[in-house]
Amino acid sequence: MYAFDIERPTTLADAVKLLAASDENQALGGGQTLIPTLKQRLAMPEVLVSLTAIDEIKGISEDDEGRLCIGAATTHAEVAAGAGKYPALAALAGNIGDPAVRNRGTIGGSLANNDPSACYPAAALGSGAIIVTNTREIAADDYFEGMFATVLDEGEIITEVKFPVPEKAAYMKFEQPASRFALVGAFVAKYADGVRVAVTGASEEGVFRWSEAEAALGSNFSPDAIERLSLSGDGMISDLHGSGEYRAHLVGVMTKRAVAAAG
Amino acid sequence: MPQVNMTVNGKPASGDVEGRTLLVEFLRETLDLTGTHVGCDTSQCGACVVHVDGKAVKACTMFAAEADGAEVLTIEGVAAPDGTLDPVQEAFHQHHGLQCGFCTPGMVMSAKALLAENPTPTEAEVRDYLEGNICRCTGYHNIVKAIMAASGQDVSKIAAE
Repeated sequence: MYAFDIERPTTLADAVKLLAASDENQALGGGQTLIPTLKQRLAMPEVLVSLTAIDEIKGISEDDEGRLCIGAATTHAEVAAGAGKYPALAALAGNIGDPAVRNRGTIGGSLANNDPSACYPAAALGSGAIIVTNTREIAADDYFEGMFATVLDEGEIITEVKFPVPEKAAYMKFEQPASRFALVGAFVAKYADGVRVAVTGASEEGVFRWSEAEAALGSNFSPDAIERLSLSGDGMISDLHGSGEYRAHLVGVMTKRAVAAAG
Repeated sequence: MPQVNMTVNGKPASGDVEGRTLLVEFLRETLDLTGTHVGCDTSQCGACVVHVDGKAVKACTMFAAEADGAEVLTIEGVAAPDGTLDPVQEAFHQHHGLQCGFCTPGMVMSAKALLAENPTPTEAEVRDYLEGNICRCTGYHNIVKAIMAASGQDVSKIAAE
């Protein structure tokens, strides 16, 4: 790693100030992606601003509209244990990485990084979640901008994610057997006003909504409804773990499994 | 360099660290607690698992500065002060849960975290919990058996010897 200083503010206001002090300063969530990145010298911050000591952006609550509100510095293990109101989300969090990773990694860190194979982007997009930052609220539909890219500005900090709770939902992940990241993961959620299907791991553009499946499931929420749908392998990630065509096929398989699991 | 202060195995510990100093480096190089191993240094293998405030974490993927003020438990703090092994350690001994021993500190720390959460895990739950702990010698059978034995379960019917 290159040398850097590390700061651990205890308030959001102090964290915002520290990040604003220089373009070379960078936020540190649980570090389960950023620390390996730093080890490979792929990042060179002047100051890392750790967000793990800020109590005001931790914890799980419910707002007046019944949405599940998760502080950005809440770990995957805490979501797995504490998001019982939204079981599909708790299950997703409880299957990220391994137990030690889940004790450090945070929902805000995962969404800010927007790894194209991460699980949380599928949950946020598939739930139509609201991503709250220190300056604004961003709808998940407007938030993701492709692989490792989001609309977050320099120094902007995610503080909370608000999840509308669906009638039923499930997430199915086909794990890449070495990394345990999603080779393809499909998040399906049925709301009173429609069905949302979000897919991670597959597209070169990062997480995306599969609108044809949403329309078909909206009138018939069963695996049969999407039996005849297929996606093209064009624009899908193609690597030694699987071709674009293989991933496109898996999207259909994992979406059907998610619909079946949601019941 | 900033100073960090933490409690390690029940005793106060402090030292100067750089921002980039990893918790595992602080434990091994500053405190000379070399029981915590660095296997892959990429948060895959779990040889570096320690407990921070009661939670299993990979000490190679956390900065020492982030453990400032925390309670840290390493493999050196697991046995009783008189040397009596912890039940998990004793079970690894009895059931031959190690060969070369390199992964063992992390295995024991993960096992202790599992049993704190789930005192009588099934075999499947043990295997699932050890997803982030890699052993290249044993094939895992005796590790799983040792952890189930440490939880007080009858392991005589588990196939692997």
